[in-house]
Amino acid sequence: MANRWRNTLTTADVTPEAMFLNRRQVMAGAAAMGLGLTAAPLRAATGLEPNSYEDITSYNNYYEFGTGKEDPARNAGQLTTDPWTIKIDGLVEKPGDYVLSDLIPQMTTEERIYRFRCVEAWSMVVPWNGFELADLLDLVGVKPEAQYVAFETLYRPEEMPGTRFPVLDWPYREGLRLDEARHPLTLLATGIYGKPMPNQNGAPIRLVVPWKYGFKYIKSITRITLTDKQPKTSWNMANAREYGFYSNVNPQVDHPRWSQATERRIGGGLFARREPTLMFNGYDEVASLYEAMDLRKNF
Amino acid sequence: MIQQINSRVRQIPNWALYLLGAVPVVWLYVQGFQNALGPDPVDAIEHRLGLWALWLLIAGLCISPIQRNTPLRLLKLRRPIGVLAFMYVLVHFLTWLVLDVQIPSQIWADIVKRPYVTVGMVAMLLLLPLALTSNDWSIRKLGSKWRQLHWLVYPAVILAAIHMILQAKGFQLEPMIYLVVVLVLVGVRRTPLYLRR
Ligand code: HEM
Repeated sequence: MANRWRNTLTTADVTPEAMFLNRRQVMAGAAAMGLGLTAAPLRAATGLEPNSYEDITSYNNYYEFGTGKEDPARNAGQLTTDPWTIKIDGLVEKPGDYVLSDLIPQMTTEERIYRFRCVEAWSMVVPWNGFELADLLDLVGVKPEAQYVAFETLYRPEEMPGTRFPVLDWPYREGLRLDEARHPLTLLATGIYGKPMPNQNGAPIRLVVPWKYGFKYIKSITRITLTDKQPKTSWNMANAREYGFYSNVNPQVDHPRWSQATERRIGGGLFARREPTLMFNGYDEVASLYEAMDLRKNF
Repeated sequence: MIQQINSRVRQIPNWALYLLGAVPVVWLYVQGFQNALGPDPVDAIEHRLGLWALWLLIAGLCISPIQRNTPLRLLKLRRPIGVLAFMYVLVHFLTWLVLDVQIPSQIWADIVKRPYVTVGMVAMLLLLPLALTSNDWSIRKLGSKWRQLHWLVYPAVILAAIHMILQAKGFQLEPMIYLVVVLVLVGVRRTPLYLRR
């Protein structure tokens, strides 16, 4: 793990009283999960505070549980996430059904505090716990012909009331180019605030790609397929004009429904001011992945 | 029973209806100030006011078919319902403008570039002259033109339902149901059932 991505935001950046409690929960939760987080060194505040656990777990887009923001928190409780297996297939050396509880001990789980930017022009800051997708790809062995990674969400209508109507063409699908998937920023997250991933946030395991819009962060992953063709992705299938395959956060390329130049930080109350949206959501280190590309065409 | 309802309705003073109609919007904003609407109060208020506006417009469309086909006499409620519907549209719009979009240059860009906003805007502008002429003086003054003018409520409500469909993401059932209800209520005015009596 030579050049792993280094976190510049830690919970130590956070001082308000409300967060103090949460921080204690983080430590307790982390200890319980055996994550062994060491005390982060105190740094000057960066101005970015993670949203509260409450915010992050009560304001979700997870259409398998309903299209309202409160629906997932209300309806996802019944989801069975244990046992959980991920089918890994396609252009890999070791295809198979991987049991999550066997997989996690083999991975390096760490805390990553990332900005989260939804395509609907709102944003949060989330302290994820997870491991780099690249590590999993190394474990299963990617064949040289592979160029893309396709993902699928669980589709289980008995437990997912939102899937009884074809809001989208279920199961939910997402995809990344292999170099995006291998980028050290890209995580498979298994928790938030040191606690196991809540169902409404995509338990037990979801993707996190912080320089892309939130709908790329596919939840409750049951299948990962390495391919040589660009995979189909759900929102692109539903409306190709509005949702591109790449969907990188880009303040210069407007979505037909929302200007992407600014965003509203969730948790700021009734009078929160809009803030400028940053290219690649502020993660400039990914710019080199797209050097030769017209990001207006490949939105 | 019906007689009782009719006489009760006749007795309700208009100011009481307006007061009652203001309760949801005031309550929403009180909750918003108290941070009791979840992590994103702006979104919550915007959406619920949109729904209230549409419910009131639909309620307004129900009055005249009820008047013609049942012994219930609710016509007196139509004006307060209509004026309140417009108030909800206006506060829905102002919430979007002041608390959501905020930035003046972006407001105009959104109105011309985002079809769901454009359609909502047209619906609101169609309702404006109706709200302004919902008084006895205008009815007297405009004579037969008043009826012609208030015919605009039909395209306005249809556009409002289309606005709801356009703002929904993916293929959703609820906005379709609203559009069907609206189309039935407008369509019924062209059927013999409605022209009877
Ligand atoms: C007759 C006029 C209007 C009616 C009846 C109406 C009604 C609605 C309804 C029912 C919704 C969906 C609420 C939900 O499903 O939760 C909605 C959403 C919305 N409306 Fe309107 N509306 C009207 C005019 C306008 C105008 C003039 C604007 C702004 C210029 C506007 C901006 C919005 C916005 C921003 C949303 C939310 C979209 C989103 O969250 O993506 N509406 N409206």
